[in-house]
Amino acid sequence: MSAQTPEQPVHFAFDEASEAEIATILAKYPPERKASGVIPLLYVAQRQMGRLTDSAWVPVAAMDAIAARLEVAPIRVYEVATFYLMFNTKPIGRYHLQACTTTSCWLRGSDDVVAACKKATGIQHFGETSEDGMFTLTEVECLGACANAPILQVDSDYYEDLDGPRTEQLIEALRKGERPAYGPTIDRFNSAPEGGRKVLLDAGEPGQG
Amino acid sequence: MLSDKDRIFTNLYGQNDWRLAGARARGDWNGTAELIARGRDAIVNEMKASNLRGRGGAGFPTGLKWSFMPKGDGPVPRYLVINGDESEPGTCKDREILRHEPHKLIESALLASFAMGAHAAYIYIRGEFFNEARHLQIAIDEAYDAGLLGPNAAGSGWDFDFYIHRGAGAYICGEETALLESLEGKKGQPRMKPPFPAGAGLYGCPTTVNNVESISVASTILRRGAAWFAGLGRPNNCGSKLMAISGHVNTPCVFEEELGVPLREIIEKHGGGVRGGWDNLLAVIPGGCSVPLLPKSVCETVLMDFDSLRAERSGLGTACMIVMDKSTDIIKAIARFSQFFKHESCGQCTPCREGTGWMMRVMNRMVEGRAEIEEIDMLEQVTRQVEGHTICALGDAAAWPIQGLIRHFRPLMEERIHNYKRLHGGAGRIDAPSPATLATLAAE
Amino acid sequence: MVRVIVDGTPVDVPAGSSALQACEAAGKEIPRFCYHERLSVAGNCRMCLVEVVRAPKPVASCGFPVAEGMEIKTDTEVVRKARRSVMEFLLINHPLDCPICDQGGECDLQDQAYGYGSGVSRYDEPKRAVTDKNLGPLVKTVMTRCIQCTRCVRFCAEVAGTPELGAVSRGENMEITTYVEKALTSELSGNLIDICPVGALTSKPGAFQQRPWELKKTDAIDVMDALGTNIQIQARGGEVKRIVPRVNDEVNEEWLSDKGRFAIDGLLRRRLDRPWVKVHGKLQAVSWQDAFVAIARRLEGVPGSRIGAIVGDLCDAESMMALRDLMISMGSPNLDCRQDGAHYDVSDRANYTFSSGIAGIDEADALLVIGANPRHDAPVLNARIRKRYLEAGRGGLPIGVIGDMGSDPTWAYESLGAGASALADLMADGNPFLEKLKAAKRPMIIVGQGALTRDDSPVVLKACALLAETVGAVTDEWSGLNVLHTAASRVAALDLDFLPAEGGRSVRGMLSGGVDVLWLLGADEFPVHGIGPDTFVIYQGHHGDAGAARADVILPGAAYTEKQGTWVNTEGRVQRGFQAVFPPGEAREDWRILRAVSDVLGHTLPYDTIEALREQLQVGARHVTARRSTTEGLSDSVLSKPFASSGASYYLTNPICRASATMQECASVHAPHAAVAAE
Repeated sequence: MSAQTPEQPVHFAFDEASEAEIATILAKYPPERKASGVIPLLYVAQRQMGRLTDSAWVPVAAMDAIAARLEVAPIRVYEVATFYLMFNTKPIGRYHLQACTTTSCWLRGSDDVVAACKKATGIQHFGETSEDGMFTLTEVECLGACANAPILQVDSDYYEDLDGPRTEQLIEALRKGERPAYGPTIDRFNSAPEGGRKVLLDAGEPGQG
Repeated sequence: MLSDKDRIFTNLYGQNDWRLAGARARGDWNGTAELIARGRDAIVNEMKASNLRGRGGAGFPTGLKWSFMPKGDGPVPRYLVINGDESEPGTCKDREILRHEPHKLIESALLASFAMGAHAAYIYIRGEFFNEARHLQIAIDEAYDAGLLGPNAAGSGWDFDFYIHRGAGAYICGEETALLESLEGKKGQPRMKPPFPAGAGLYGCPTTVNNVESISVASTILRRGAAWFAGLGRPNNCGSKLMAISGHVNTPCVFEEELGVPLREIIEKHGGGVRGGWDNLLAVIPGGCSVPLLPKSVCETVLMDFDSLRAERSGLGTACMIVMDKSTDIIKAIARFSQFFKHESCGQCTPCREGTGWMMRVMNRMVEGRAEIEEIDMLEQVTRQVEGHTICALGDAAAWPIQGLIRHFRPLMEERIHNYKRLHGGAGRIDAPSPATLATLAAE
Repeated sequence: MVRVIVDGTPVDVPAGSSALQACEAAGKEIPRFCYHERLSVAGNCRMCLVEVVRAPKPVASCGFPVAEGMEIKTDTEVVRKARRSVMEFLLINHPLDCPICDQGGECDLQDQAYGYGSGVSRYDEPKRAVTDKNLGPLVKTVMTRCIQCTRCVRFCAEVAGTPELGAVSRGENMEITTYVEKALTSELSGNLIDICPVGALTSKPGAFQQRPWELKKTDAIDVMDALGTNIQIQARGGEVKRIVPRVNDEVNEEWLSDKGRFAIDGLLRRRLDRPWVKVHGKLQAVSWQDAFVAIARRLEGVPGSRIGAIVGDLCDAESMMALRDLMISMGSPNLDCRQDGAHYDVSDRANYTFSSGIAGIDEADALLVIGANPRHDAPVLNARIRKRYLEAGRGGLPIGVIGDMGSDPTWAYESLGAGASALADLMADGNPFLEKLKAAKRPMIIVGQGALTRDDSPVVLKACALLAETVGAVTDEWSGLNVLHTAASRVAALDLDFLPAEGGRSVRGMLSGGVDVLWLLGADEFPVHGIGPDTFVIYQGHHGDAGAARADVILPGAAYTEKQGTWVNTEGRVQRGFQAVFPPGEAREDWRILRAVSDVLGHTLPYDTIEALREQLQVGARHVTARRSTTEGLSDSVLSKPFASSGASYYLTNPICRASATMQECASVHAPHAAVAAE
């Protein structure tokens, strides 16, 4: 794996919003342990890229800026950025569709969700970005919401209990600039059983999810 | 079966206000200072007496783990680190605590930290749980504003800070020392043990790493007493536990249940039964993908707890079960786990780095049947070569599902191979990669 | 001590030892790939698994601490099976291209495969291939062979202090890389080749040149700096093919600088391989006899006071002594070994050596570096400073620097100023760093050539001595005032008193017509152009460099690989190297040349064999020949200019490296402008 790609920007500097986040982040760790900030700062950089370029990824220049800020060797940041799957070391589409295909989701129809994603975006294979630059489709491992399988994670949000048609609807909505509420896409309250909870029946009325 | 009055997580579904006001109404943060006033030893002893076993999968007694921390106060800081890297396929229980019971977690973290002499706790939350972490952060901010965190937390005289550290997509960080590495800003590669975290953990300081659920139940146990908790479940398998059902049941869900309840009852009650009826059941993976599967015959009678499942050469794990009905291609279901472990191996030690890829590739051929009968034995041997030879348990976890498959479904695997040979001609060895394999290769 | 039982045999090992160390103490060989005794323990290869009684599964012995009464079994079926398993895993994605691999024959993986490998592969899946990386001119990569042991990553981060290599990505896709392509900046990068247990990292200049079993191996001493690194010269067919370090914990541990390893192609280029005499302004090839006669003719009637001799930085003690004796017999007081014009206090040997010993660095608890750039001057010694720095932990080894450090020295330091005045500031009462030095039990002061090659050096040296006394750096048990030399020959030359005698001239005095005949023994690093036009120059040496270009007579000598010789390193350690190959053409060992010419000159030296010479060779102690170091032309007050660090590229400090295409390439890759372009 190497960083030599044509789209790498030469410079990267944290903007004001990012600087504010960094200050909060670094306050969490002992001053001599600021290397702990590598992952949080990679997030900050990735979000900033998303904010400024509509493509949330981490260029090498940003990794170098993080290394300088945290006083660690750049290679240590490269290692971290490539180890953790949530950091995109290449540009991605505006929406990051992350389809879980691990067994729990697969048992409940993740193949349909993936097929719907491909159909609705024109993407052929995992890892690709749609021609219009709107969507990148990634196959991800278990998202930890198996009782609401199958899941499609769009950027940071889980869309749960999906099937093919609802996945297509979701993608069409995103394409239109809408952001449907995340959570179950069927008539279900969070991770309670479909049709109403079977325990905690004496507790109060459903509140905010 | 657990009755509502004995439930710890009374806002499990978020049906009520998860914020501070709602939590207080449910009893959280009630008399926290008095609990702390009992003293360190009393709290640790209470936890020991409750017989709580770790809820993250390994089942190590929680109170005992706390007692490993150095006694007294030293110049070196200590840390409580909470493992919220919930990533084991099938497992989705800590998520509910993070988003719906955050104050139970924060209050319990204060109690636990006090008991261990820690003034700071970090919770490591898997990166994908963005919204869950957001809930928890709101709760933390509320707690600071209310004086429940920070100097003299909750009026207890104990200074305590609580921080969220988000992961970024690596299952291995659920291994406690990999988690510490990640928290220190490095790749999540497990450390060699010894030293154990209680001696040298986060930043080289004494550290206890506990699962979110193990910590979160502490406040209730301390309030209601060890005897109450120990009275639930069966000896050595005490208390209630968050569980989940996913897969081929009518109503997948998360719920809290007593340990030691028959698996079948749980599936019937919480899962609304197996899709197509009990007789349509093929197998259950009882506690996350790293525990071996249970064929239907075992599911009929087995109890859902540590020791009963161990006796069936499986394990309770995270108690989040995956149910598969007879329509399931069980070989493919397990092969998907092999893909998972290959994908999540940190790459540090040889048997896991090389073995998980090997196992996955053979398993993928087994799905098609494009293999030799002898390769089933070879695959079994490879799993044995990985198992027990790695720094952490990921190697074991990768091996066990395959071992379980071979143990219980070997005839199916053989039949698949025979079928393939019948369809593709001859009994000889078929070496050409299949179109499917070529596509996979191209995608890689 | 802790008693453990290894395969039934009790063995006592220090507490804190690993099971692997205990096994070794018991004489059991434990196979390993990732474990390296000079690197941190990674425990990732899993080859060193052993059985520990009562442990539930085999343990990696490299990282498993011993406990009293622990029972280790190294040769059970469980252990053998585990190792066979690990070996199988290592080999499934290994290309098995031993026949075309430069590591072949000295490959840990190959060797262990004989013990634990299977004759057949059960792996029928597609093999992994990994893209090769470009790590610069010295280290070649064949990354498909890599077994991800991470020794190289740890070496760069820990020993070299240039954390540029990493293991990116994860699982079976984990790769060793710089990620952003770059040439490794370490001056120790060649050691990666040695520590790589497989053929993933091999020598780029040496690619496909030889097989290890074809090489004749000769122990020798490196001359590229003054550390005296113990090396093994490996040659085939009269050609030096490879130089590798030998282990000597007192000196170089097991490391070798890149210059010492890779300048060897310079031994084949620009060589002086026959005598030359200038006739009518043009050099003509002549016989040895004619060359000697030409010298004798020119010397006829020249008084000793008009003859001078300068020895270069790479010379062996034997040839320097022979030249000294010849000069003395001709009545010359004009001898000098200080091409750089350095000033030393030669009243006591401790004052011109690294008197704490190189290993003394391991004990230092505060360090002041004055006018030295250890990373440049002696990279292996610098690694030792770094080792101590890391061992001491955060703030455990305060380091102050006076002078310009140039590149990152690989350890954190406080800059205390640039020049001699900073020394005075440091001596001021209450100076915080002075307090740190005073508080230290074993404070160390390293004085480099940057502080010694100035007109005010006598004053600087006195200030250093005063400082050393003030902070307790020189006591009965500890000698912490150290001189870091850069010339391999220097300490021996000082021991031999190769210095101007009473009324004699120094290098500077011999220039501009200060002498009529000037004998240069491998001397190329002084302002040769300053030699007076009428001075007759005899250049005796091995390379056609600055000195030879100015010479009237050229006597072809032997390079360090071509003669047996004695060298005294910066700490004053006397070490001997052996002859690995013959000098090219008519070139001869230098002491022999001097012995032969002395005959022609009528001043026959009193030794016919090197053994006879060595009977009189007095190095290892200061051997005063009624000479004294001169301070002519030196200032007795402090100058304001900063201590200069050597302007020359690390890779081009002597005639051998300047003749080396490899070193030239390194110099251009690492030139300052190249670094800017890469930004």
